[in-house]
Amino acid sequence: MSGTALRLPWWADYILLPLLNLLLALLATGVVVVLTGENPLDAVTTMVNGAFGSGEGIGYTLYYATDMIFTGLAVAVAFHCGLFNIGAEGQAYVAGLGVALVCLYLDFLPFWMILPLAIAGGALFGAGYAAIPGWLQAKRGSHIVITTIMANFIAYSLMEFLLVNVLIKPGQMSPETRFFAPNAVLPKMDAMLGAIGIAVAQTPLNLSFVVALACIVLVWLLIWHTRWGYSLRVVGASPRAAVYAGIAPSGRIVQSMLLSGALAGGVALNEVMGAQGKLLINFPSGYGFTGIAVALMGRNHPLGVLIAAILFGALYQGGAELTFDMPAISPYLVVALQGLVILFTGGLATMLRPALARVLRVGPRGA
Amino acid sequence: MQPPAGQPPVTAPAVEMRGIDKRFGTVHANRAVDLTVAKGHIHGLIGENGAGKSTLMSILYGFYTADAGDIVIDGRKVAIAESRDAIAAGIEMVHQHFMLVDPMTVLENVILGVEGGALLRRHVPKARADLKRISAEYGLDVDPDAVVGELPVGAQQRVEILKALYRGAEILILDEPTGVLTPQEATDLFRVLAALRAQGKTVILVTHKLREIMAITDRVSVMRAGQMVGHRHTAETSREELGELMIGRKLATRLDKAPAKIGAVALQVRDLSVRDAMGVQRVKDVGFSIRAGEIVGIAGVSGNGQTELMEALAGMRRFEAGSVTIGATTISAGRPAMADELRRLGMAHVPEDRLRTGMVPAFAARESAILGYQDDPAYARGPLLDWPGIERYTLGLMEKYEVKPPIPRLRGSLFSGGNQQKLIMAREMERDPAVLLVGQPTRGVDIGGIDFIHRRLLAMRDRGKAILLVSVELDEILRLSDRILVMFDGRLVGELLPEHADERQLGLLMAGAA
Repeated sequence: MSGTALRLPWWADYILLPLLNLLLALLATGVVVVLTGENPLDAVTTMVNGAFGSGEGIGYTLYYATDMIFTGLAVAVAFHCGLFNIGAEGQAYVAGLGVALVCLYLDFLPFWMILPLAIAGGALFGAGYAAIPGWLQAKRGSHIVITTIMANFIAYSLMEFLLVNVLIKPGQMSPETRFFAPNAVLPKMDAMLGAIGIAVAQTPLNLSFVVALACIVLVWLLIWHTRWGYSLRVVGASPRAAVYAGIAPSGRIVQSMLLSGALAGGVALNEVMGAQGKLLINFPSGYGFTGIAVALMGRNHPLGVLIAAILFGALYQGGAELTFDMPAISPYLVVALQGLVILFTGGLATMLRPALARVLRVGPRGA
Repeated sequence: MQPPAGQPPVTAPAVEMRGIDKRFGTVHANRAVDLTVAKGHIHGLIGENGAGKSTLMSILYGFYTADAGDIVIDGRKVAIAESRDAIAAGIEMVHQHFMLVDPMTVLENVILGVEGGALLRRHVPKARADLKRISAEYGLDVDPDAVVGELPVGAQQRVEILKALYRGAEILILDEPTGVLTPQEATDLFRVLAALRAQGKTVILVTHKLREIMAITDRVSVMRAGQMVGHRHTAETSREELGELMIGRKLATRLDKAPAKIGAVALQVRDLSVRDAMGVQRVKDVGFSIRAGEIVGIAGVSGNGQTELMEALAGMRRFEAGSVTIGATTISAGRPAMADELRRLGMAHVPEDRLRTGMVPAFAARESAILGYQDDPAYARGPLLDWPGIERYTLGLMEKYEVKPPIPRLRGSLFSGGNQQKLIMAREMERDPAVLLVGQPTRGVDIGGIDFIHRRLLAMRDRGKAILLVSVELDEILRLSDRILVMFDGRLVGELLPEHADERQLGLLMAGAA
């Protein structure tokens, strides 16, 4: 009779509530927009049009969403094991090295052989880099939040060192590798769809979006439909129950971090092998952190991650259009909007639940 | 009809709760509940788990506010919005889990919150004198300078009562006070309660133990499903009548226990020592065996190593020394086994802490129904878990073990304690293990559920299984066991047959005094 566990119908919990939270975030931003002297309705229209109003807008939205699907899944998988991995940024960065090494040094192979090798390279490097905090948590009890955030800084330094001193294309100032050979670059969506006669706008959206969608299905199967995923969730929900069930928590902790890091490595696929065609400095540009918000908003469910990632992709793309079309609105306001979305959908995700429960007249279900 | 304020009639009851109503969402925890407690009486409040007695007492003590209804104390209507209001009205509560600061002395604990100023210097000598007087008056014998954490549980409870009296309690609520006590300590507690009554204090005793109600109370109120279903003078009622009122039907007849058909040794424990997570040795050189077809009960006050013993046997804790043989396999410190291996060797385990160990409250029932057996090929289809099959299996378990509601997809935390326990029992017993470890099988389970669980355990014994039962409920141990081992301070200090054991003798062993 705890009396606090309100139960809502699933659609209220997973659709209505996030939408209401999003609306609150937009309202709060609207107030700021009014203060800048612009019309908030115009701003919203500009953003929505920018994100979804054209083929180009949609392409960019989905391109951004690709990164956030990977990092959102990475955070969600670790979360199901009770781990808060805030190191997806660093893991994605190091994964870039794995992808780049394959694309730079194995480019004598045909594309169909490079693709799986590059995916494996990114996953392996990302997983390897996540394994260190995972192992420290499992064996030494070092808190994963501390170790993953520290590992981010080490990743920045390591990659800067490598790009500046080792991997840089000789004879240039900017710390980037040479362009990959054409057979070591992911095909763009416009080229792929063009080949089967569908014309779409030219955008950085590429094959890795399909890989991201496949990852959503795989993670869903893995977490909810395999023994391994079951044991992972037991460890995350109750380590004591795991020991009772004969599941060693330390093993699952390391394994879930390996998977988490491998998923974060997908960012490298999209950015390095897809959009850029080269390894360059700071390419993860904060997607690892946005992934935390995506996972939070998506309630750590792969489908929720997909929806949240598209929303955040739209915020990125629509926000860029907004600052372009309405100069009075600074880019910082777009960042503030993203922050408010994170605040309302993540931090205050359940604020409206009691009120919603009253409106819908459903309460705790006693047994 | 309200008496004028300031002039309560002499005959006013100590507590009068009228038409108390409380909802939590759709759960109607209290429906128009009336309770009248006469001044200077010991009033029992009984009911099954979830009957609403805790809610009612929480309203009286200010943890919850009632949706409707009045509280009248000594003839005066009072508004109790928080605990402070209750304390001001002279109401104190002794919780089931003590609210004491372990490293502090008795005196320091007693004056906590009523220190009477920033400097203790002036107040402490007076407090010491007051404490001495109160101790003597009610026969609450405690050394004021003893460190609370070093006192036995019974003495800690006396400190709680002292604390309440020191703060001027006229009405004392005790919530399941004997759950942690040995029989001797319970007898001492009842003597203290009688002394309180003699001094004109009012006591409300919340319990589910009919024996205590009959032994000590003057009147008794029975709750069922959020409603008050009866008030009785204790002298004019019987255990049978109260039990019927509580569960709304006749109590099942007494358990018939067939003579044990003892077989071969199924579990052999030799010189087992176990340390806890803090490195403290909790189990010391324990050795015993369980044979097929018998229930061996381990009696003891909780915290004397039973928990660690069970965890070690179940593969949840490593041995420090010693060995355990199950079937043809011997487990030792050098050859440990995890819970999954032990399950394959034919051991099943119903843990004492069902919410943290035996199930995952956030999981659906069907998910908790395979906990521990998740790797069994029977639950898989190829590389994936066979959820439709698991759901059918769970539904079967639920029907066979009367788990309500029988909804495999319902979240575990939404079942009542008794139904959670039945689901865990079903999972562990339906695998037909050779050895079953059972810890506190009926803790927090209502009377109907207790009877069901006991019958299941006996049926299993009669099918030739070996059962190790750990319980702090002596009734349960005496009722089910074929042999009783007594554990004190990590050691086995006695072995008795239930037909030769009486509660006094067991209590002395449990207290380490024999």
